[in-house]
Amino acid sequence: MPTRLRATAQDLLPKLVLSPSFVLILIFVYGFIVFTGYLSFTGSRMLPSFDLVGFANYFKLFSLRHWSTALSNLAIFGVLYIGICTVIGLGLAILLDQKIRGEGVLRPIFLYPMALSFIVTGTAWKWFLDPGIGLENVMHLWGWESFEFRWIKDRDMAIYTIVIAAVWQSSGFVMAMFLAGLRGIDNEILKAAQIDGASAWKLYRRIVIPMLRPAFLSAFVVLAHLAIKSYDLVIALTNGGPGRATEMPATFMYSYTFTRNQMGVGASSAVIMLIMIASIIIPYLYSELREKRT
Amino acid sequence: MAFLEIRDLRKSFHEVDVLKGIDIAIDEGGFLVLVGPSGCGKSTLLNTIAGLETITAGEIRINGRPVNDLHPSQRDIAMVFQSYALYPNMNVAENIAFGLEMRGVSKPEREAAVGRVADMLQIDHLLKRRPGQLSGGQRQRVAMGRALVREPQVFLFDEPLSNLDAKLRVDMRTEIKKLHQALGTTIVYVTHDQIEAMTLATQIAVLKDGILQQVGTPDQVYASPANVFVADFMGSPTMNLVPGNVQSANGTTSVRIGAVDLPIAEPTEALRARAGQDVVFGVRPEDVTDVASADRSARYVETVDCNIDVVEPTGADKFVVTRLGEKEFTARVRSSERIAPGDRVPLAFNMDKVHFFDPQTEMRIN
Amino acid sequence: MSAASNDIALRTGVITRVAIFAVLILFAVYYLLPLFVMLVNSVKPLEEIRSGNMLALPEVFTIAPWINAWGEAQIGVQPTGLSPYFVNSIMMVVPAVFIATFLGALNGYVLTKWRFRGHRIVFGLMLFSCFIPFQIVLIPMARILGLLGIAGTTWGLVLVHVVYGLGFTTLFFRNYYDAFPSELIRAATIDGAGFFRIFRRILLPSSGPIIVVTVIWQFTNVWNDFLFGASFADFDSQPMTVALNNLVSSSTGVKEYNVHFAGAILAALPTLVVYVVSGRYFVRGLMAGAVKG
Repeated sequence: MPTRLRATAQDLLPKLVLSPSFVLILIFVYGFIVFTGYLSFTGSRMLPSFDLVGFANYFKLFSLRHWSTALSNLAIFGVLYIGICTVIGLGLAILLDQKIRGEGVLRPIFLYPMALSFIVTGTAWKWFLDPGIGLENVMHLWGWESFEFRWIKDRDMAIYTIVIAAVWQSSGFVMAMFLAGLRGIDNEILKAAQIDGASAWKLYRRIVIPMLRPAFLSAFVVLAHLAIKSYDLVIALTNGGPGRATEMPATFMYSYTFTRNQMGVGASSAVIMLIMIASIIIPYLYSELREKRT
Repeated sequence: MAFLEIRDLRKSFHEVDVLKGIDIAIDEGGFLVLVGPSGCGKSTLLNTIAGLETITAGEIRINGRPVNDLHPSQRDIAMVFQSYALYPNMNVAENIAFGLEMRGVSKPEREAAVGRVADMLQIDHLLKRRPGQLSGGQRQRVAMGRALVREPQVFLFDEPLSNLDAKLRVDMRTEIKKLHQALGTTIVYVTHDQIEAMTLATQIAVLKDGILQQVGTPDQVYASPANVFVADFMGSPTMNLVPGNVQSANGTTSVRIGAVDLPIAEPTEALRARAGQDVVFGVRPEDVTDVASADRSARYVETVDCNIDVVEPTGADKFVVTRLGEKEFTARVRSSERIAPGDRVPLAFNMDKVHFFDPQTEMRIN
Repeated sequence: MSAASNDIALRTGVITRVAIFAVLILFAVYYLLPLFVMLVNSVKPLEEIRSGNMLALPEVFTIAPWINAWGEAQIGVQPTGLSPYFVNSIMMVVPAVFIATFLGALNGYVLTKWRFRGHRIVFGLMLFSCFIPFQIVLIPMARILGLLGIAGTTWGLVLVHVVYGLGFTTLFFRNYYDAFPSELIRAATIDGAGFFRIFRRILLPSSGPIIVVTVIWQFTNVWNDFLFGASFADFDSQPMTVALNNLVSSSTGVKEYNVHFAGAILAALPTLVVYVVSGRYFVRGLMAGAVKG
């Protein structure tokens, strides 16, 4: 039965081609998650050890002031970052959608920061917000002697400088997502609404913005996951400081694991980060993949 | 023995039975049309013949050879797809030659074969173009050329004309028929268009929900539909199907529909046996006409006065809609007939061409 | 996104349009300002920055900071400038992009045109891998790279970037090939082409746009990565971003802002060039990465 044999080979080939990638992902993603999850229950310090200590690392983690700072910073950063990016992105998209002359020039300007590394963004904003040479100095030279803007040096305000730089980097991308959503709306619906007598404001409020629901959802998911992962920008802009005032979960994990030799605690913080992201991403992916099912 | 033979073919997909025991056979040089509404399984059936889908049970033989386990490329078939499926990155000549190239045919031979086919289909001037630069009708020809060049034992057509506009579709239909007559190759052709089925087929197979409803020549399927579904599906406008009751009195059998009593001359045994029972009475619009157009060769014609509700002129004829036993009922009259809605006019029923079906099983009563 | 549907514009008065335009220009200034600051100050002498206005054009024009950033600046312990790190980044990016794109194309092909039982789960697992916080893999990855003997090497980084880029490259090709008519595959099957021949002769020649999108996406991500570079690289494999951060945040000596700015632009240059040259594909990649399915 040579033909039968060949048919089986043909059936196997696709799986064979896919398997290297799948195995890599199984090991390097899911295997590693299991490994880190296991470490979070061990007393690992500088090197991994395999003596189980139960939930001790998690209790310790949540008793650490640095971790609660990291969490509250993440909350402040996440809410503002997502909120402001969405408002600016939606606003710019709606304005750009009014058949503006020069859209072709403006759109790439709004979007280019997304092509930069967070390290570059951090460097640029670090000096721009530096009171000695940056914005404050510029205002003084322009004659506004009383102007003061030293958030980046201020323990209570430094986290907001991270918001400023992050919004600068990502809001153009959110705009692009909303713009694509706007362009995808069936024109006849809008004509019908205008014939029904909807004003510009009502047209957007009642028809266009509700129809952008998928774009809102995508923007939220992308921004939320970027917020939880944000590491590079903090390092470049404030390096977690002043003091540890701008600590975030990602920087916390890195410093506890690799510089403070508390690998067990670091692993448990990584697990918490994964849980946060998974609770947003999994429902989203699930619904996205389901919709396509039909 | 039949050239293409399908025996008790079953196909399940995720525990859904798509094909439920299909038996069809067709002789060499035949033109089999699989017809049915969308989702009836006709395309799946074609794909199983092609080998593009596996089967759950049953057997497919081509020219006596079982092909169940053969790869599509080894079944000696060629297929024309609904979307034409022309390779967008190759020009017309490369598209046509691709199958030969895969089989290791030498370049000069391929070129000769492409030339021959292009000549036959009158697409010589298009050979260097890409599919994107062709019109719908031209793509259709290229798709056929790709099938023809292989000189297979069986051609498979999957709704090849459904993407063309109405006029082109009629032209291409004629061309396919001509090609079939010239080449004499066996063809299996899927369509949802019953007119295409009638014009092209030597055999029609009507499918519904994965079950074969009837197989026969176009004439058989049209003149004696096996059940209500086939009666309703074949023919445009569709056959009038109204509930009636078989009456028997003084040795004459008639069918009572509402207030009208239509006598049936020479009733069959089966029908007489149903005296007093309900049946579905069917008659095609062209068999109910104005009195002057009544079929002269018909042996029995009954005339009934009807109230006209709607008049639909089509140019060649007029269709008039009336009511019979509370159901809408369409008749075909000459276009010169002056009829207006609200008129009461006599309509002639050709009683040679009426059909009776069982209301429960929906099967034909002979 | 047909051309017909971009007619959302309302009829608006001149004043409204001027106001809209003003707002948009204002935002353009906001987005351009940091780039402007970097550019202008990278060609000023240090004293001019310290004593002068950051937003002013240079009074004395000098390219010394650029030369310094490229070839002389002290990074870590060596006065090498950024150039060796630029080379490191290139050596890392090229294979990482090529391998991940190639595997992604094959995966996308299998996952759309050769579906098997469980293909949805396989894809779901690959897709989720795009979103994990990389902190969860840092510890075991460090060990595995050590075990494989490629810790601290460029090849180690290539492996890391291929693995964590696979989810996205697969996603891109899967979505692209999903829309590729399956009838073409069937036609080619009947014509007698097998798995690889269909891929090479039918799909690949039509994959130009998605290859560009994927290459740009993967290139941008790998080039801009900092976390993996900082975690797994030695001096002779450290990428540009890590070197830039070392340059900027070194605590010794005077802060040479002009050199920092020049260095930042150098680090941004490759991705910026890609963006300017093929912004359309860049945006498409961003969108595809955000809206899955």
